[in-house]
Amino acid sequence: MTQIPARITDWFTAKGWSIHPHQQEMFDRAADPATLLIAPTGGGKTMAGFLPTLSDLAAQDHAGLHTIYVSPLKALAADIRRNLRGPADEIGLSIRIEDRTGDTSATQKKRQRVDPPHILLTTPESLALLTSYEDAPRMFQGVQRVIVDEIHALAESKRGDQLMLALARLQSFCPDLSRVGLSATVEDPDAIARFLARHPDPCPVVQADPGPDPDIRMLETQEMPPWSGGGAAYSIPAVLEQIKQHKTTLIFHNTRAQAEIFFHNLWLANEDAFPIGIHHGSLDRQQRERVEAAMVRGDLRAIVCTGSLDLGIDWGDVDLVIQIGAPKNVKRLVQRIGRANHRYNAPSKALLVPANRFEVVECIAALEAAKAHDLDGEPRGAGPRDVLCQHILIAAAAAPFEADALFQELTSACPYARLTRTEFDACLDFCATGGYALRAYDRWQRLQQRPDGKWQLRDPRSAQRIRMNLGTIQDTDTLKVRLRRNRGGKPLGEVEEAFAASLTPGDTFLIGGQIVRYEGLRDMTVEVSRQANRKPKIATFSGTKFATSTQLSDRILRMFAQPDWPQLPAHTADWLALQRDLSRLPQRDRLLIESFPSDGREHLCVYGFAGRNAQQTLGLLLTKRMEETGLAPLGFVATDYATLIWGLDAVTDPSPLFQLEALRQGLDVWLAGNAVMKRTFRASATIAGLIERNTGGQRKSGRQATFSSDILYDTLLKYDPEHLLMQITREEAMRGLVDFGRIEAMIERIGNRIDLLRLDRVSPLAAPLFLEVGKVPVKGSAEERLLEEESLRLLHEAGLDPA
Amino acid sequence: MNDLTFSFAGQSLCAMGSGALWWPDQGLLCVSDLHLGKSERLARRGGPSLPPYDSRDTLSRLAADIAQTNAQSVVCLGDSFDDLESLNGLDPEEKIRITTLQAGRRWIWIEGNHDPGPVDLGGSHLAEFEVGPLVFRHIAQPNAKAEVSGHYHPKARLRARGSSITRPAFLADSERLILPAYGTYTGGLYSTAEVLRDLMQDDAIAILTGTQPRMIPMPR
Repeated sequence: MTQIPARITDWFTAKGWSIHPHQQEMFDRAADPATLLIAPTGGGKTMAGFLPTLSDLAAQDHAGLHTIYVSPLKALAADIRRNLRGPADEIGLSIRIEDRTGDTSATQKKRQRVDPPHILLTTPESLALLTSYEDAPRMFQGVQRVIVDEIHALAESKRGDQLMLALARLQSFCPDLSRVGLSATVEDPDAIARFLARHPDPCPVVQADPGPDPDIRMLETQEMPPWSGGGAAYSIPAVLEQIKQHKTTLIFHNTRAQAEIFFHNLWLANEDAFPIGIHHGSLDRQQRERVEAAMVRGDLRAIVCTGSLDLGIDWGDVDLVIQIGAPKNVKRLVQRIGRANHRYNAPSKALLVPANRFEVVECIAALEAAKAHDLDGEPRGAGPRDVLCQHILIAAAAAPFEADALFQELTSACPYARLTRTEFDACLDFCATGGYALRAYDRWQRLQQRPDGKWQLRDPRSAQRIRMNLGTIQDTDTLKVRLRRNRGGKPLGEVEEAFAASLTPGDTFLIGGQIVRYEGLRDMTVEVSRQANRKPKIATFSGTKFATSTQLSDRILRMFAQPDWPQLPAHTADWLALQRDLSRLPQRDRLLIESFPSDGREHLCVYGFAGRNAQQTLGLLLTKRMEETGLAPLGFVATDYATLIWGLDAVTDPSPLFQLEALRQGLDVWLAGNAVMKRTFRASATIAGLIERNTGGQRKSGRQATFSSDILYDTLLKYDPEHLLMQITREEAMRGLVDFGRIEAMIERIGNRIDLLRLDRVSPLAAPLFLEVGKVPVKGSAEERLLEEESLRLLHEAGLDPA
Repeated sequence: MNDLTFSFAGQSLCAMGSGALWWPDQGLLCVSDLHLGKSERLARRGGPSLPPYDSRDTLSRLAADIAQTNAQSVVCLGDSFDDLESLNGLDPEEKIRITTLQAGRRWIWIEGNHDPGPVDLGGSHLAEFEVGPLVFRHIAQPNAKAEVSGHYHPKARLRARGSSITRPAFLADSERLILPAYGTYTGGLYSTAEVLRDLMQDDAIAILTGTQPRMIPMPR
């Protein structure tokens, strides 16, 4: 087709709209095997993606499924369905547009498989699930086009890897399939394009006009930000003032717990009774939907939210975005700001609110980076093999397969283009037998080879289990929270199981902005009652803790090198000057370490600026080295910029601690018994199908699952350390929670330029670390020494003779 | 040496860092709550499926302690098996291992609440066992004298200079000695639990296991 049908151009004219150049270009490229569109929010991105589909369906009838739209959010799929229905009706297309997500009813889902709509809006998990059915080839017959929305977000996670494997599958059912990616502004569009295309197809990038630069500033407040913490409660009056001045304000937080606390404080101070809502991933679906609906109607003046509102749902007239807490990552900041002012070509308006003194520096650095269009991003490595193992099981659930054909197919997915046959065979063997150490156990023997060479499920009934465990999103183990009533009260949301376990009846906590009283646990549900007038114990939902990006850390260090800081508020500039005066400011090509006594212990503060995860790992490795060299460490705490270690003895010579080779060796040994590894193992083992997420009907409690995965981990470590899942766990941990790469980069950068300053007390920059939460104790000789001291003291006190 | 000598009911006893009790005068080694076959039982009861390597680990540690002390008698103080069926689930290799350990020494299985009946392995099966002034049984009895028992898996916690240290622990007073659990993957009960506070006299001590066992007044 060379021209957009008149029915559609007429509709545009009737609306008083014109077709944007990037929409036209997407139409012209409709037959290309793959195209990536980069456009700001509000740039008619969705229409650009669907224009060729609507044109096709307007020009001729199509039997069955024509276009599949995949988005990372269920809500986004539903939103697009509504936004597409209007134009389709007005253009006069009698087509079926349906969504299919985890929220779709079973009847609807069944019907969709028998009689699919023209346009199906879904999520990566639901799509992967569809490919696991025997009738998948029939259902997908004739699909022309697949649109992947918010592909920049998917490309950063295993969900994206799984999606690309599902698309490889889809493409073998429909060889003529065109792939279209829709993305927000990213630092490396070509990488996203390669990710989307069938390897090695080309994928041209279409750039829409990015629009004017955002109007972005730091919020000015009367109160000074506190020394530590993430709540930013000090900013409440100033934030309320901003809400007053704007139509609709989105208030972003980095974690759910912070969002809850902030919402609570905001509500207490809300004397004008502005309608304000809260939205985050731990809230019950109905609650979230209510807030979303109120937002679409324009009933809310402000919404306190987390990443759950990050992606491009059209929430109407948002004219201000406030980011509470340092954004940690410039790219995400820019994308969040894009949520304000959905009218094309009008600047978005945003305010940053640092939660503590250090974040003032970080916010200013982020502002400067955003102005300079200096986005951050780390290239992602090869596709993880746990996702691959799941894909093999999904393939087996659909039909018996030939190993050669499956290998061929999945290496056309970009993340797996470089997978070797040996690696694939190891994954296949794991799926078939469970791997060497587990081959004696029936339950992990899942595939068998038929005489004709094809692989099939050993027990066809296991297909059901594979489907139930499908997906790569790791929920922390959560329990539902309900109001206690005669028969099942109102659902409020979810809290982590570990948090629920810490509650005793009568305790109060915050959820969905309400204070509730814990009554008891029944059938895996936390029962609560309303309690209006008590100070809450805080709900500790695990919000994702992002590490500050390398680019942003570098900017902060460059800022430290300035002779003075006119761009910073006076209180923060004074603080940095005081640090320079009493100690030194960290520099980019050197490593500053301070050593000082405090409160009867010795302290060591290492300013690595390597991000929270790497600083955490550094803490573990350094304390291990200290243990080996007899320095008796007791514990440590890490932030994005420093690690503070305390112990019984002072460190006088840091150089033996910082030898890369020794650290690396320490890493291998340490990794083995570490909780981070166990957590990583648990995630990968669940994805790869070793541990089950759901056991038919009965939910395994999180603690039980932790217990069994920890034991499996210990077992494999001892008896089969080279087991596929152990390899995967090490890879994952190195690039994820362990982030050893950034430690290596830091050590390479600083070489032997290590400055150890001995101070007589804590320095200005180190002081906030004492208030940080998340302290990690070290079990070692210091503990033995303390135990000895304490046992002698106690026995003496009790008048006992220690024999 | 990695043990702590203390006096109980007139006898000189050693609390070993592993959680075993060594009585040098009698050449007697006592361990409690081995819970062999725990993983196998969990799997059988529909719980998580775990490879039964925990038994192997427990037995390795026991073998090391026997080798170190060259014990003439070994007393397993009950709950040696997670339940009676666990024995059947035990790897033949592990059964051989137990038999090897038993060779050349006296071996006593005390009955526990998890394993109340006789087991199909060598050694004597007793409800309780007396040697000299001491009586060995699984669960502490009210008003008992010179009694060595297990069952509660006691552990103790102490705080020092801002750190908190928790270890499985022996609890002892003038009449009673309660052993920590020896088995791998066995949980524990804090000495502050009501049942333990009621059971133990005011001047009771706790011996924390670990690299070097340490004695403290029992935390209450």
